[in-house]
Amino acid sequence: MGNINKSKDEYKKLVKKNSPPLPRFKNIIKAYLVGGLICLIGQGFWNLYILIGYNQTDAGAMGTITMIMIGGLLTGMGYYDRLGQFAGAGSMVPVTGFANAMVSPALEYKQEGLVLGMGAKMFTVAGPVLTYGMVSSFFIGIIKLIFGG
Amino acid sequence: MADKLKGQTLIFNNSPFIISYATVSGPEEGKGPFASSIDKICTDPKCGKDTWEKGEKSMVKDAISLAMKKFSIAPKDIDLMVGGDLLNQIAISNFIARDYKLPYLGIYGACSSLIEALIFASISMDGGFADSVLNFSSSHYQTAERQYRTPLEYGAQYPPYKQYTVTGAGAYILGWINGHVKITAATIGKVIDLKISDPNDMGSAMAPAAADTILQHLNDTNRNVSDFDLIITGDLGKTGLKNLRSLLKEKNLELGNKLSDCGAIIFKQDAKYGSGGSGCAASSIILGSNIIPALKNNKYKRVLLIGTGALLSPITILQKESIPGIAHAVLIEKIN
Amino acid sequence: MGNYYTAFLIGGLVCALGQILLDNTKYTPAHLLVFLVVLASIFTGLGLYEPLIEFAGAGVTIPVANFGYVLTKGVLEELDKDGIPGLFKGVLKIASSGVSASVIIAFIIALIFNPRN
Repeated sequence: MGNINKSKDEYKKLVKKNSPPLPRFKNIIKAYLVGGLICLIGQGFWNLYILIGYNQTDAGAMGTITMIMIGGLLTGMGYYDRLGQFAGAGSMVPVTGFANAMVSPALEYKQEGLVLGMGAKMFTVAGPVLTYGMVSSFFIGIIKLIFGG
Repeated sequence: MADKLKGQTLIFNNSPFIISYATVSGPEEGKGPFASSIDKICTDPKCGKDTWEKGEKSMVKDAISLAMKKFSIAPKDIDLMVGGDLLNQIAISNFIARDYKLPYLGIYGACSSLIEALIFASISMDGGFADSVLNFSSSHYQTAERQYRTPLEYGAQYPPYKQYTVTGAGAYILGWINGHVKITAATIGKVIDLKISDPNDMGSAMAPAAADTILQHLNDTNRNVSDFDLIITGDLGKTGLKNLRSLLKEKNLELGNKLSDCGAIIFKQDAKYGSGGSGCAASSIILGSNIIPALKNNKYKRVLLIGTGALLSPITILQKESIPGIAHAVLIEKIN
Repeated sequence: MGNYYTAFLIGGLVCALGQILLDNTKYTPAHLLVFLVVLASIFTGLGLYEPLIEFAGAGVTIPVANFGYVLTKGVLEELDKDGIPGLFKGVLKIASSGVSASVIIAFIIALIFNPRN
């Protein structure tokens, strides 16, 4: 291209050299600690609901719903994005991250109206999880049907 | 070839003056080093309006009315408006033009929009097609993030080299009255794509285009680095600027302190801004709050301002395309 | 159903592995979540997920992978009971509370709050 005469591979190497490196090790540690902590809190709620009197399955469901409420609340209050910047996968992978993925676009598109804005946009980020979760469970079912056992 | 075009560079015989200008910004820029020279700082990104887009629009409107007021210019004195922004269909600029009801050319150069507008304006004036042209451009953190990336409250983790879209607007009026600062030449850039495809690293995607335009300008005008006081790009950010320096060094151009970037200097030092500012407002604000005052104070006599644009769209990113870049330059000189 | 120690250890591990994927590949968080859900679905089909829950408790029920487990478990249970209609009836059977809660809670929160700048 006229003046620069640089191949894309050479330029990619240059960019890599000049970019600040990702703090990979630190990120893994932060993700581990925050993710572990969130699961710990989830375990706490599970135990709590069993203590109150629910059976193991229902207590688990109630625990999940509680964590969804916490994730949603922290998103609404504006803290979850800061947690996400710190913890990366540690806050994205737990179900609180799923709640964040549903609340954040809904919150943002509220200014475009409740039906076409908030109502529709709720699934933009979380959609693939629902789609592929349902599809893969279906196919596992098909496989079980065909191969029995 | 036409007699005023050399290579990619237009040499103006009748160079227009920048006779009035104004800059408006959001709160983050108001914490930065140039806050005191920004004409108006909104304390919230919505500027009191109920949506971010309306907030961005009101910033442009404020910039335009302040620029007109500073020189007692009325809308009827303007022959032509040229403007652009980052949003789909350049919505902000279109709705501003609707309010002013003046002949209007909407343009899109991504983050190079202001410089592209100034080039259009200079061509129309030098060509005898207009005697006064209003140029404006804007960008906004929230409106850009939701269009190009992910929702604002989403907890994704960004790499340290990601840039932070500048919230603000700049309005610049060109005319024939001696404003002491003239646009004497312009270099129109070519689209350069070295296959960078990370939308979090637009600076690196645009650096080759910036290098290409700078080299082309020097070649076309038969000048070297010592002929300029400042060569400043729009929004390469700190990482993109580093890449630009490396590319120029390979062509034996060492610019040292003469090379700078609007995005890299507009915010205060803080990790939250990553590699620095991006967006049309980076150059739109720095031109009025830093470059023109420095020219008027005789700190600089000749400045090359290079607007840089990353020509991606949300769809091209999903289709795994790379990010082409473009860079347009205007040569701004002090006249006594 | 696990205990505090295993929940922390395994839960943290799942997230750390996710972080490694995000930092070293071009995959986005959405890809990571889909990958986890599909993986959990396959594990459930192989009968491996329930022992994990026994051991790690919330360490594997809190990560979004659990969603893959409940969806698949629902299908397999309904398949046993009802045959082919179960393939469709069972999908949201157990997951229903989680999905409904997500939508309803997201709606209420988004209604009450406004995005912070």
